[in-house]
Amino acid sequence: MSGSEISRRTLIKTTALGLAGATLNIGAMRRALAAGDLTVGVVYVGARDDFGWNQAHAVAIKALKEVPGVKVVEEENVPETDAVSKSMESMVNLDGAGLILATSFGYYTPFVVDLAKKYPDVEFRHAAPLWNKDKDPKNAGSYFGYLNQAHYINGVAAGLATKKNKIGFVAAKPIASVLSNINSVLLGARSTNPNATVQVIFTGDWSMPVREAEAANALVDAGCDVITCHVDGPKVVIETAEKRGVMSCGHNASQAPLAPKGLITGAEYKWETIYKGYAADLAAGKNPPNFLTGGYEVDFVRNTPFGASATPEAQKAALAAIEGLKAKKPIYVGPLKDNKGKLVIDKTYDNLDPFLDKMDYLLEGVSGSTT
Amino acid sequence: MSDAPATPSSASDLIQPVGPKAARSDLALRLRANSEYVAIPLLAIAIASALFAVFLIAIGKSPLDFVSYVWRGGFGTAFSFQNTLQRSAPLILTALAVAIPARIGLIMIGGEGALVLGGFAAAALAIPMIGVLPPIVALVLMAIFAMLTGGFWVGIAGFLRYARGVNETISSLLLTYIGIAIMNFFVEGALRDLSNPNKPSTKPLGDAYMVGKIPGTDVHWGFAAGILLCILIYLLLERTTFGFAARVTGGNYRAALAQGLPVGKLIVAFSGIAGACAGLAGFFEVAAIQGRANASLAAGYGFTGILVSFLARHNPLVIPPVAILFGGIVAAGGLVQRRMELPDATVQVLEGFIFVVLLTSETLYGRFSIFKPTASKDRT
Repeated sequence: MSGSEISRRTLIKTTALGLAGATLNIGAMRRALAAGDLTVGVVYVGARDDFGWNQAHAVAIKALKEVPGVKVVEEENVPETDAVSKSMESMVNLDGAGLILATSFGYYTPFVVDLAKKYPDVEFRHAAPLWNKDKDPKNAGSYFGYLNQAHYINGVAAGLATKKNKIGFVAAKPIASVLSNINSVLLGARSTNPNATVQVIFTGDWSMPVREAEAANALVDAGCDVITCHVDGPKVVIETAEKRGVMSCGHNASQAPLAPKGLITGAEYKWETIYKGYAADLAAGKNPPNFLTGGYEVDFVRNTPFGASATPEAQKAALAAIEGLKAKKPIYVGPLKDNKGKLVIDKTYDNLDPFLDKMDYLLEGVSGSTT
Repeated sequence: MSDAPATPSSASDLIQPVGPKAARSDLALRLRANSEYVAIPLLAIAIASALFAVFLIAIGKSPLDFVSYVWRGGFGTAFSFQNTLQRSAPLILTALAVAIPARIGLIMIGGEGALVLGGFAAAALAIPMIGVLPPIVALVLMAIFAMLTGGFWVGIAGFLRYARGVNETISSLLLTYIGIAIMNFFVEGALRDLSNPNKPSTKPLGDAYMVGKIPGTDVHWGFAAGILLCILIYLLLERTTFGFAARVTGGNYRAALAQGLPVGKLIVAFSGIAGACAGLAGFFEVAAIQGRANASLAAGYGFTGILVSFLARHNPLVIPPVAILFGGIVAAGGLVQRRMELPDATVQVLEGFIFVVLLTSETLYGRFSIFKPTASKDRT
């Protein structure tokens, strides 16, 4: 009697161990599978053809699809609610995704963080510098590009293309990343044209097509002959500039088809560098890095091929400046004052210096106000 | 419905309704008449699906693939079905916010505003309570406050209707935009959590102060609350004098006034209950999902709820299955996008077909003699 009792207990124990082992094996198997054939799940907050933020990612995903052994599943227009959590989970459960790319700011907390805890075998990467190495799961991570470097190149080319020395900038919100782009356009333009100025109008939100058109028109009326912007979808701004017969510089993705006459160049993310790197790491059985940021020096940003309004001198200067940035030549050469006369940048800072991430001012030469 | 008791053999059964046989016949008649409300919507959904199949074929995709992906993505696996249930949870509550005023003859479409403000009120009330009160007390207070806020908001539209004759459909819709603006004002200003620089939100509740999942599932408690409320509201509407008075008012406003019913109080009370349901949905969005109030609260659940309520013919007991159907279509929409490489708008086309055909099918009621009592057939 007691013997059978023990054997039953042993049996249960063994089964439990076996099950635990099987679970572990499934984890290992998924990883092994991931090494051979990787499914990448991508979620976008808007449409993939928005000529802006989402398109920049979609273009890179298209390049990622060409990588042998990589399968991509995509979902667009996923709101920043539990819908994104369920979409990502569905990619893991139904499509066997081993890497999830969450491309909108509001996806991170709580959705990416919670799912990363729930699925420790899946790698999650999010497109904003939010990952905290002390608090957040090790299979989550962040990637981001310093687009201000490409805006600096816009400025270099625009400084030589402008005839009125006035560049107009339509901006969404006065937060650090936007302000850095505005200031970089100014510094780029000043590097080739000491008389260049930038005039900025803030619309107050990321996507306000009507106000963006009004702002672009107002800047042209104020005498700007080059228009650029930092809003989610630059389509309206670039189209308005083209309609008004002035030049333009793009933002986020290529706006070349929108401005066949007026485009000089544009600031674009080059997410495929990052995405292909992740895929290669996973194929090699390595964990992809948790935190990636950078600009031209690591090939995370690029400029749109020169448009019809880029003069030969502008092209030459821009190409030279790109080589400079690749060699980590600093953009913010101090000391620099803000447009109220206060000294804000005391010395020369490296392009990725965290000091610059806290920017809350417009430099002298930019007309407009952050408040 | 096929195994319903036999229909009365002759009209005399109706004239002399005595004894158990008569009771059975009465039930049979009601089943026969009510089966119309099941058969016609099912027919409408079938026609909408056929139209959608034509649409899919026209763009070169297989309707069979679509059906199999909807099944797999919305219902076919344990994960998918829970995904569906979770997505239906806010829709059940916001549909109630439309169905309840409909009983008293009001078309209120302000559920979105009540949801947003209710969620915001819950998150704002939580700020001083975190770490002070035990989570269960704090959560109950938050839920009550969310319901009061939502109820007050839609109650305004009800009051304006009664006291000033303002069209409640328009006023409740406009109040939605005011509600969202109020939330944004505080979330981007006084109540903003400064540690979250790029997406304005209130302070996070923290894991301890979150509503958990229903044990054994991945679905939050908002779903259970929605089902429970549907049953309670059904009982309130159909089994109490309060509900009866509301139905009289909805049926004939002047007659209700002539009867001495407190029409004004009824209208404000029903609007308030409706808003409370949407406010509760907002509470669950904050306390079960987002963990904070921000612009993501305005995700359109209030507007989808209008659709759900109309499809359910404003019947609280029909709302859950319709909401689950919608939740399933949305949950499957992702898989359809991923596997068939169709744009996200595809499922909206399907929803549009269903809505249009169902509304059109309203004209079919009373036109099929098969659903009519035998008695009336005898008379013709």
